[in-house]
Amino acid sequence: MTKETTEERAAGAAIDVRGLRKSFGALEVLRGIDFSVARGEVVCVIGPSGSGKSTLLRCVNLLEEPSAGRVTVAGTEVTDPEVDIDRVRRRIGMVFQSFHLFPHLTALENLTIAQRRVLHRGRAEAERIARTNLARVGLSGKEAAYPAQLSGGQQQRVAIARALSMDPELMLFDEPTSALDPELVGDVLAVMRALARDGMTMLVVTHEMSFAREVADRVVFMDDGSIVEEGTPEQVVGAPRHERTRTFLARVLDPAAVEMEGEREAEVAAEADGTAG
Amino acid sequence: MPLSRRRRTRIIRGVQYGVLVVAVVALALVADWHQLRTAFFDVEVAKALFPDIITTALVNTVLYTLLGFGFGLGLGLVLALMRLSSVPPYRWIAITYIEFFRGVPALLVFIALGFGVPLAFQVALDMNVTVMLSLGLVGAAYMAETIRAGIQAVPKGQTEAARSLGMSQGRATVSIVIPQAFRIVLPPLTNELILLTKDSSLVYLLGLSLNQFELANFGRDALNEHKSLTPVLIAGLCYLVITLPLGQLVRRLEARTARAR
Repeated sequence: MTKETTEERAAGAAIDVRGLRKSFGALEVLRGIDFSVARGEVVCVIGPSGSGKSTLLRCVNLLEEPSAGRVTVAGTEVTDPEVDIDRVRRRIGMVFQSFHLFPHLTALENLTIAQRRVLHRGRAEAERIARTNLARVGLSGKEAAYPAQLSGGQQQRVAIARALSMDPELMLFDEPTSALDPELVGDVLAVMRALARDGMTMLVVTHEMSFAREVADRVVFMDDGSIVEEGTPEQVVGAPRHERTRTFLARVLDPAAVEMEGEREAEVAAEADGTAG
Repeated sequence: MPLSRRRRTRIIRGVQYGVLVVAVVALALVADWHQLRTAFFDVEVAKALFPDIITTALVNTVLYTLLGFGFGLGLGLVLALMRLSSVPPYRWIAITYIEFFRGVPALLVFIALGFGVPLAFQVALDMNVTVMLSLGLVGAAYMAETIRAGIQAVPKGQTEAARSLGMSQGRATVSIVIPQAFRIVLPPLTNELILLTKDSSLVYLLGLSLNQFELANFGRDALNEHKSLTPVLIAGLCYLVITLPLGQLVRRLEARTARAR
C-alpha cells in the first residue's frame, strides 16, 4: 500500500481528489479536499448546508470548474484541459436534488435520448435498455408518462434510471431525497440501496442518516469547505471524534432515534443541546 | 346617512354605463347610415370581388406571410443563439442586427430591398423571394428577441442534466433547450405571425402584378375600380378570417402553458 505512487492510486480508484479548491469570487467553498472512492464503494458525504459537499460532487464531473487541484475519475484526469469531458461524463451517472428530467419528453424518451445521441445506440436497443432500467426502479408501465404526470418520488426514480441507461461506472447523487415529500423518500432510497447491493460505485451527498448508516461503506463529514472526519458509519455517525460532527449529528438526528442508539449518542445529544443552548 | 361602499360602487358603475350608452346612441344618430350603407355594403360590388379575393388575394396573403415567417423564424433562431453566444463578435453582430431592423420602419426596408438589391447585385429576384427576404428580415429581429427570452427561461438544470449525460453543449442546446424554449415562446411567436399577416400588406411597395395582389392591395385596387368602399370591408373581413383563429390559438396555447407550470 505504501509503495503505491499517487498516480497508481488515482488510476485504481473510481474517484480520486487531490488538493481540490473551489472559489466563487471571494468566497472559498472548498479549501483543499483530499479523498478517494474505491471501485464498488458507497461513500456518503454529510455536513451542514453550505459546507461545500454539493460543490465537491459537482467538481467530480466538472459541472463546476475546480479553482485548483486534481480530480481523477476511473483513471482519467478530468481536470486535464486536454481531456474530452463529454467522454468522461457519459461514464458518470448524476442524480440531482430536483430531478431535472426533460419535461418535453416521456419517461421512456428521457431514458433513450442520451443513449441515442451520445452512445449512438439504435432505437430498439436503447428502448430495450430503457425498459429494463424503468423496471429496475419499479416504474414499468410509466414509459409513456410525462414528468409532470409523475410524483416527485417517481420522477427521481426515472432520473436514476436515466443515468443507469448510460451504463455508468459510478453514480453521483446530489441530495436525491431532499426535494421529496417524506412519504416518497423510501421508494428512492430503496432503489439506491438495491444499486449499492449490486456493487455500483456511489458518491452520495445526503441528509438521510439512516441510509448512510445502513448502506455506506464510508461516511465523510464536511464542514466549512474541508473534510472534518471520515470513516465507517459506525465511527463517524455512531462515535464521532470531532465536536463539529457531534453538533451536526445532534441537529439532524431525530432525538428519539438517538436515544435508541444507546448511551453514547444520548450523551452526544445532551452535549450538543448544552452547546446549542 | 353616508352611502355604503357597495352602494357607491354600484352608482359609479351605473353612471359609467349610462355615459357609454349615450355616446353610442349619439354616434349612431349623427352618422349618415344611408351613405355608409351605399359605400360599404354594396352587394353588387361585393359579388364582383369573388372569387378572386379568395383565390388570389387571400391565398397570396397567406403565402407571403408563411414565406416571411418561415425565413424570419430560421434567421431569428440563429440570431438568438448568436445573441447568447460566448463569442463576443457573434453577440455584437446579433445585437446590431436586432436593434437596426427593430428600429427602422418595415416600409423603408421593403423599398430598400425591392429596389436596392437588384441595383447592387444586378439580379432580378423572384417576387416570392423578395417578399420572403423583406418580411423575414424584419420579422427575424423581433423573433430573435422572443426566442432569446424563451431560451433563457429554460432552467439551467436542464443543460446540466444533459451535459452530465455526456451531451456536448451544442447537442444539449438542440435536443433539450431549444424544444423547451419553443414551447415557452409559442404564444408570443403566434402573435408575431398575426403581426406579419398584416405587415404582408406592405409588399405593394415592391410593385406587384395583378395576380400577385394580396388582400390589402386587392381591396385598394377594387376600391378605385368600383368607386365603392365595399372591397375595403370585405378585405378587412378576410384578414379576420386568418387572424381570429390565430388569436384563438394563442389563447389556447397560453392556457396550456399556464396549466403546465
